[in-house]
Amino acid sequence: MRTRLLYATLAVIASIWVLVPIYLLAVSAFGGPETINAWPKSLLPERVSTETLAFFFGVRGVWNAILNSILVAALTMVMSILLGAPAGYALARFVFPGKDGYRLLVLLTRAFPIAILALPLTVRFIEIGIYDTPLAVALVHTALALPFAILVSSSLFMGVPKELEEAAWTLGCTRFQAFRKVVWPLARPGIAATMIFAFVVSWNEVFAASVLTLRERTLTAFLLTSLNESPLHFRFAGGLFLIVPALIFIFAVRRYLFSMWGIANR
Amino acid sequence: MTSERALPYLLLAPSLLFLALLFLWPLGEAFLVAFSDPGGGWSLANFREMADDLNFADALTNTLLLVVVVVPLQLALALGLGVLLGCIDRGRDTFLYIWTIPLGISDLAAGIVWLAMLSERGYLNSLLEALGLVDGPVLWLSYETPVALFVAVVVAEVWRATAIVLVILVAGMQLVPKEYYEAAEVFGASAFQRFRRITLPLLKPSIQTALILRTILAFEVFAVVVVLGGRDLPVLAGEAFAWQYDYQNAGVASAYAVLILTVSLAATWLYLRLLRVREESLA
Repeated sequence: MRTRLLYATLAVIASIWVLVPIYLLAVSAFGGPETINAWPKSLLPERVSTETLAFFFGVRGVWNAILNSILVAALTMVMSILLGAPAGYALARFVFPGKDGYRLLVLLTRAFPIAILALPLTVRFIEIGIYDTPLAVALVHTALALPFAILVSSSLFMGVPKELEEAAWTLGCTRFQAFRKVVWPLARPGIAATMIFAFVVSWNEVFAASVLTLRERTLTAFLLTSLNESPLHFRFAGGLFLIVPALIFIFAVRRYLFSMWGIANR
Repeated sequence: MTSERALPYLLLAPSLLFLALLFLWPLGEAFLVAFSDPGGGWSLANFREMADDLNFADALTNTLLLVVVVVPLQLALALGLGVLLGCIDRGRDTFLYIWTIPLGISDLAAGIVWLAMLSERGYLNSLLEALGLVDGPVLWLSYETPVALFVAVVVAEVWRATAIVLVILVAGMQLVPKEYYEAAEVFGASAFQRFRRITLPLLKPSIQTALILRTILAFEVFAVVVVLGGRDLPVLAGEAFAWQYDYQNAGVASAYAVLILTVSLAATWLYLRLLRVREESLA
C-alpha cells in the first residue's frame, strides 16, 4: 500500500513538472501587463485580463504571421499525406526490388539537420521566385514530415488485413475500388492522426521558416526574429498561442501515439 | 500483369522525386557551397573562416556539452517514467496524456515557457525569495552567468523533449510479453532484477532508436537557446543561422550545416556500433 502511494506521488510530481510551467505562462499572458513586472510573483493571477493578448494580436504582422502559419501547416499536411500514403501503401502491400533501398533512404533522411536543407534551398527558391512564400516553407516542412508519413501510413495499411482486400477483388472490385471501399475507411482514423502530426511539425518549425521568409513570416519565424525588440509580455502571449494547438493535438492523437511511434521506428 | 508490377514504383515515384529534389539535391548543394570559395574553386576557406570565428569553439563545446548532458538525462528520466507507468493502476491514461504534452510543443514555445520561469522577475526568483535564498531579483540568463544559462537550457530541453523518448520507450515496453515478468516473479526476481534482466535487454532496439533520434535533434538545438540566451550561449545551429541571416554568408553557414550533419552521423554510427541489436530481436 505504501509503495502504491509512493508511485502515485511520483506520477503526480512528474505531471506537475510538465503542467506548472505551462500554467505559469498562461498566468503571465492573462494577468494583464502589470504582472510582467510584479515582484514577487504570485501563483494566482491578481486579475484576469485579455489586455496582453489584445496587444499581441494588435501588433502589426501578427495576424498575417498566424494566417501564414496555418496556411503553411495545411499545405504541409496535404502534401505529406498525398505523397506519403501511396508510398506507404506500396511498402505495405508489394514485394519488389528496391524496396529495402527505398526504406533505407526514408530512414536516412531523418538523420539530416534542417539547416542543411534550408540554407541551399534559400538560393534555389530565390531563383525560381518562390522565396518568401508560404509554399516555399511548406515544401521544406513536407520534406521533414514526409518520411514519417510514409512509415506510419505503411504500418497503418499493414494493419488492414490483406484478406479483406482480396475478398473485395473476388467480388469484382478493381484494385482502386477495393482500396477506396475497404482499405481507406479502415485506415482513415490513423491517416487523420498522421495528418495532424504533419500539421504540428510544420506549426512548430522555427529554423527553416525563419531562413526562408522575410515579409511572409510564419508565427514562429515572426516571434524568433522579433525577440530582441519585443517586450516580455508579447513573447509570453505568442508562446502561449503556439502551445494551445499542441494541447489539442496530443489529445486528438493520443490513441495513435504509441502504435505510430512503436512501428515507425522499427 | 506488367501494370501490376509497375504499380509499386508508380506509387513510390512522387515521394521519391520529392525527396530527391528537397533532400538529396540540397544536401549535395550544401556540400558544394561549403567546400567552394568565392572564385568557384574547391577550398576549405569557409571552414577556415568558421574555425577562426570567435564563437566557433564555444558553439562546438556548448553543443557537445548539451548533448552529453541532456540526452542521458532524458533517457534516464524516460526510463523511470516508463517503469513508473507500469506500476500505477489507476489513471494511467491521464498521466500518459499529461507527460506527452510537451511532444507537441515547439522548441521556441518551450524556450518562452522557461523564459517566464527564469527571467529576472520570474517565478524561480519569486520562489527562491519566498524560501529566503535570494534577496530580490537575480539575473540568471545573461552572458555573465554562463553556467546558469547552460543549466536553464538543459532544464528547458529536458522539460520539452523527454516526451519523445518516453513515447518510443513505452511503445517498446508494450511489446515485452507479460509472461516474462510473471515467470521472473515466480523465480523470485526482485523488481530491480526484472528491470535489469528483462526490461533493459528487450528494450534495447527502442533505446537505440530513441538515442539516435534525440541525439540528432540535440545537435540541432536552436530556438530554446536563442530565446533564453540569444547568442550569449553560442550553439552550432544558432551560428549557422546567424551567418546566413545576419551576415548573409551562405558559405560559412553551409560549413556549419555540414559540421552539424557530420557530428550527427558520427553519433548515429557510434550508437549503432555500441548498442548492436541482433536481427532476431528486431522481429
